[in-house]
Amino acid sequence: MTDNQLRAIAKKIRVHVLKMILDSKSSHIGSALSIVEILVTLYFKILNTDPANIDDPDRDKFILSKAHGSASLYAILAEKKFFSLDILKKYFVNGGILPGHLDKLPVPGIEFSTGSLGHGLGVGIGMAIANKQSCLKGRIFVLIGDGECNEGSIWEGVMLAAHLKLDNLTVIIDYNKIQSFGRTNEVINQEPVIDKWKSFGWDTIEVNGHDFNELINAFNKKQTNSKVIIAHTIKGKGVSFMENKLEWHYKSPSESEYKTALQELEIDDQ
Amino acid sequence: MRTTFINTLIELAKKDDRIFLITPDMGYSVLEKYRDEFPDRFLNSGIAEQNSISIASGLAASGKIVYVYDIIPFVTMRCFEQVRLDLAYNQTNVKLVGIGAGLTYGSLGTSHHAIEDIAIMRAIPNMTVLCPGDPIETRELICRSYETFGPMYIRLGKNGEPKIHPDGTRIEIGKAIDVTDGKDFALITTSNTLEIGKRWVDEWKEENIDVNLISMPSIKPFDHERIHELLSKDLPIITFEEHNIIGGLGSSVAEIIAESGKSVKFKRIGIPDTFSHYVGQHEYQRKMFGLLEKPSIDFLKY
Repeated sequence: MTDNQLRAIAKKIRVHVLKMILDSKSSHIGSALSIVEILVTLYFKILNTDPANIDDPDRDKFILSKAHGSASLYAILAEKKFFSLDILKKYFVNGGILPGHLDKLPVPGIEFSTGSLGHGLGVGIGMAIANKQSCLKGRIFVLIGDGECNEGSIWEGVMLAAHLKLDNLTVIIDYNKIQSFGRTNEVINQEPVIDKWKSFGWDTIEVNGHDFNELINAFNKKQTNSKVIIAHTIKGKGVSFMENKLEWHYKSPSESEYKTALQELEIDDQ
Repeated sequence: MRTTFINTLIELAKKDDRIFLITPDMGYSVLEKYRDEFPDRFLNSGIAEQNSISIASGLAASGKIVYVYDIIPFVTMRCFEQVRLDLAYNQTNVKLVGIGAGLTYGSLGTSHHAIEDIAIMRAIPNMTVLCPGDPIETRELICRSYETFGPMYIRLGKNGEPKIHPDGTRIEIGKAIDVTDGKDFALITTSNTLEIGKRWVDEWKEENIDVNLISMPSIKPFDHERIHELLSKDLPIITFEEHNIIGGLGSSVAEIIAESGKSVKFKRIGIPDTFSHYVGQHEYQRKMFGLLEKPSIDFLKY
């Protein structure tokens, strides 16, 4: 799959997300848009996962720990044909199927229900230990937020994963620099992020989280221990007036903002 | 109960290699035998209870049957949200095994006491809550926990509790066990009050008071039917637990009575919604909370 094809999928995902959030008047659009390239890379280039064989013990597993970005994952799973695109209309609305944070029961393809921050890494560690113990080759991928790294439970996991040398575990940090109520490094300065993880023994890579080649290389890089990919991203990426704005952690677009956003995505495509 | 637990788990682990044991750095002089026999199915996850519960959930989501062993407050309350979401919401096959029921840890103080755990755990959807009262109940319910899929909390006491039931007694999840028959009133115990309850019933017997002693190790699911039988016989009920009076065994029984449309003389014995500031060992704590001397049954007269 070429870079252009991946970009085309990313655009589709953004269009789905905009429509889902327009129709449901839900929040977290900025958090959904910052992870689109990461998810597209994972689901269309990296993960060994098959909607026709969702219980394959050898599959790779992905956990979206920052589950407030769920709209993007739902759109990806629908595009990967885990379920029908029609189900995206059932996001967040009364009588819906897809809640704002993840519930693994209503649709196939969601490995674990998440929503409260700081849980996904530990769950991923458990899955990585299980795969090692059962000699399964599946890799475990956990996407966490930069603000999520405020949670102490993340660092409990960071300590243990490297100690256990879980080289089948990869964490991606969506480093979009904005959390719920402020800029990430003004709330709690986490810099130097890479040194912190390195000092715990992790393999570390920093990438542009919207660049497919960099992401693919980072995912494919051989690891000797648990790996963290620090993905520099832009909150609200792809829609100029949403980019880097705290308010788009909460707002949903008006009809006119939605139309403007769609036009931008088309223009961006040329 | 601890020794019974680990010996039973070792027996099960010999038969089923899906069994996995995690401890957040607890279990000195209890878990070594398991650790040494099944090193690749044992993890000391460090003093990090939240992460331990998430890891247990991830292992269970991968097909393992996971037991997590720790002191009760740390395996239920320190990591409550991981229990609620990772264990229960995700319907994982993880069994939390908490040690130190009620005031077991005596002089160590309130941080190590467990008087809210039953209330908290039984309020979580999907959770099964088991509180064995003697080594027979412990062994049986550990076996049932292995046979029954789903998230569970198993509340254990310490070591050295006497056997109350005869060897070979079959104990089921969701079922009360009658220890003695009696026509004057029913005394219902759960967890580590079974031993004291039995002593009281023997003492009452000498006073020609005939008590139906019922052990209720399964708090959730709860044996509603047994309570309705007592109500239909118009038998007064006393509940007895080493737990806060709010939210545990007594509350469970009260809820059934309240919705039954019947009335019955009823009394809850437990810890009266207060932290312990007493310094002293388990029996001393029990004494100070009035959990050793058999209670007045004057309320039956009115």
